[in-house]
Amino acid sequence: MKSGSTLERMLESGRFAVCAEAGPPKGSSPKVIQKKGEILKSCSDAVNVTDNQTAIVRASSISGCVLLKELGVEPVLQMVVRDRNRIGLQSDILGAVALGVRNVLCLSGDHQRFGNHPTAKGVYDIDSMQLIQMVKAMRDDHKFLNGEEVSGDIPLFIGAAANPFADPFEFRVTRLAKKVNAGADFIQTQGIFDTPKFVEWMKMVRDRGLHEKTHILAGLIPMKSVGMARYMRNNVPGLSVPKELVDRMADAKDPKEEGVKICLETIEQLKDVEGVHGVHIMAIAWEDIVPRIVEEAGLMPRPVV
Amino acid sequence: MIVAERKPIDEIIGFVQDCKKILLVGCNECVTVCYAGGKKEVGILSSALKMAFSKEGKNLDVKEATLERQCDPEYVQQLSEYYDQYDAIVSMACGVGVQELAMRYLNKQVFPALNTNFMGASQGQGIWEERCQGCGECVLGRTGGICPIARCAKSLLNGPCGGSMNGKCEISKEVDCAWQLIIDRLTGLKQMHMLEEIFPVKDWSPAGHGGPRRMVREDLKS
Amino acid sequence: MRLTYPDSIRIIRLPCTGKIDVIHMMEAFRKGADGVYVAGCLEGECHYLAGNLRAKKRVEYTRKLLDEIGIGGGRLEMYGIAASDGPRFAEVAEEMHEKIKALGPSPIKGAIQKGVLL
Repeated sequence: MKSGSTLERMLESGRFAVCAEAGPPKGSSPKVIQKKGEILKSCSDAVNVTDNQTAIVRASSISGCVLLKELGVEPVLQMVVRDRNRIGLQSDILGAVALGVRNVLCLSGDHQRFGNHPTAKGVYDIDSMQLIQMVKAMRDDHKFLNGEEVSGDIPLFIGAAANPFADPFEFRVTRLAKKVNAGADFIQTQGIFDTPKFVEWMKMVRDRGLHEKTHILAGLIPMKSVGMARYMRNNVPGLSVPKELVDRMADAKDPKEEGVKICLETIEQLKDVEGVHGVHIMAIAWEDIVPRIVEEAGLMPRPVV
Repeated sequence: MIVAERKPIDEIIGFVQDCKKILLVGCNECVTVCYAGGKKEVGILSSALKMAFSKEGKNLDVKEATLERQCDPEYVQQLSEYYDQYDAIVSMACGVGVQELAMRYLNKQVFPALNTNFMGASQGQGIWEERCQGCGECVLGRTGGICPIARCAKSLLNGPCGGSMNGKCEISKEVDCAWQLIIDRLTGLKQMHMLEEIFPVKDWSPAGHGGPRRMVREDLKS
Repeated sequence: MRLTYPDSIRIIRLPCTGKIDVIHMMEAFRKGADGVYVAGCLEGECHYLAGNLRAKKRVEYTRKLLDEIGIGGGRLEMYGIAASDGPRFAEVAEEMHEKIKALGPSPIKGAIQKGVLL
């Protein structure tokens, strides 16, 4: 075992994993994360804690991870390379391990221009690919980026993101291969709405044998309203929301119910795709719906490994 | 070239409001080519400043001078005979020229009339785009001659990020995704295998993060 | 056609309005003009293809500059007048004359009269 995390054990035992997401608040109260943790505890194997998502300042990901751990929820520490250079990142990796974090997700992060401090200098000292390599070297070789020795173990299960819907489409699989070679043990994809495109991408993934080298968790974003569907279709870079789904949301008597239905249909299709080892449900500001989705998707109870 | 643009007139007036005589110095190089601080722009700014002063019932004497290069002491020296007759020097060169004047004429206030924007290329009349950030360790040989440091918003060396859509960058539909351009070009050259390798972590110290940069060529030193 | 136009107007001839530069318009104001207008060919009728279109952009730029220094961009105009259209030429001259009269003297007029301006 690389980390001994629940997520790793779940995936290594060949079971279909369920991850969820909890975003820290724009404030100092621990209650926000605690409440999300309570909701997600029994219906997920691990919960991602976002790192200043959309470049908006929030409580740190590490603090959220610790709060979840106190509740007995397994956290996934998200780390973006936008706000910290190699020194800050390595420092936080050491600290996170010391605090009991066992999963890390390595990301570039949304550009600071989208956030609430658009004039900030983006750090981007290293990129997400290099972050994966760096964490792997710390874990496997006990080496910092400069070659110096790391004292103590770094038992981290290393994750990375993949977006099958961004361009250029063909190169996306190459980039996934690079992430796998860099050391990604698991992959969480961008939210899937265009299932045929995802299936096509997965075929390319299998053609390169990548599904056997890493665990791919398919991303899902339950839609709460037609406004959200439209917003994601028109304003979120790297998301592909087909018009038919927006129309379905628009025509629905109860858009929330329709959103859940769409999400469940997608999970049903994804379960049959060879190489998909689990789902990652990102219920943005709608955590309460996750237990129901997991239940109705037939993924409850979560096995104990 | 270095691409620059004139500061708002109000800001320039603010610098010289207490002056009676100023020396307004243009530069014949980059800023002439980008229509920001050549002889012509010196004339226009001179005219504008004089009018702005006379509107307030004040007189401003402006001596116009455009040097071959403000980034070269040999040309900066040419002002030495008469600069002292003026209350202040206003430079219409890039930030380099402003500093050369300031360091040569220590007893005079030197003010910038331009904002220096970037190193770039003309993309048609009146359009300039950034092309180089002077990182000190050129990567173009590995990226199909298209710079991901200057032209990718995140300066990713292993791009494109998840925000690349239809050849455009996630920060704006007006901005090309540099990595899409790189991939298109390397595909055309049948050199895509170059992108299979992970680009290693870059040393940013020659890019300016290691402190101000200086270069010495022993073979050229006098 | 014995057409008349206001005697306040001084004509400066150019081979084409494409020859005009920002500095020419600026200097006209600096030397005391209360208003300036550029009379070019009708759009699409330039003998040099785009001279008048270029002039239009420079006029626009100069108007902004005049606003910035408090002279007022409204004192500068561009008109398209067919070369053979004498009546329209006289009409525009009258229109501009009236417009500038309404705006009053240039804000730097006082300084010029006091001899402040170099």
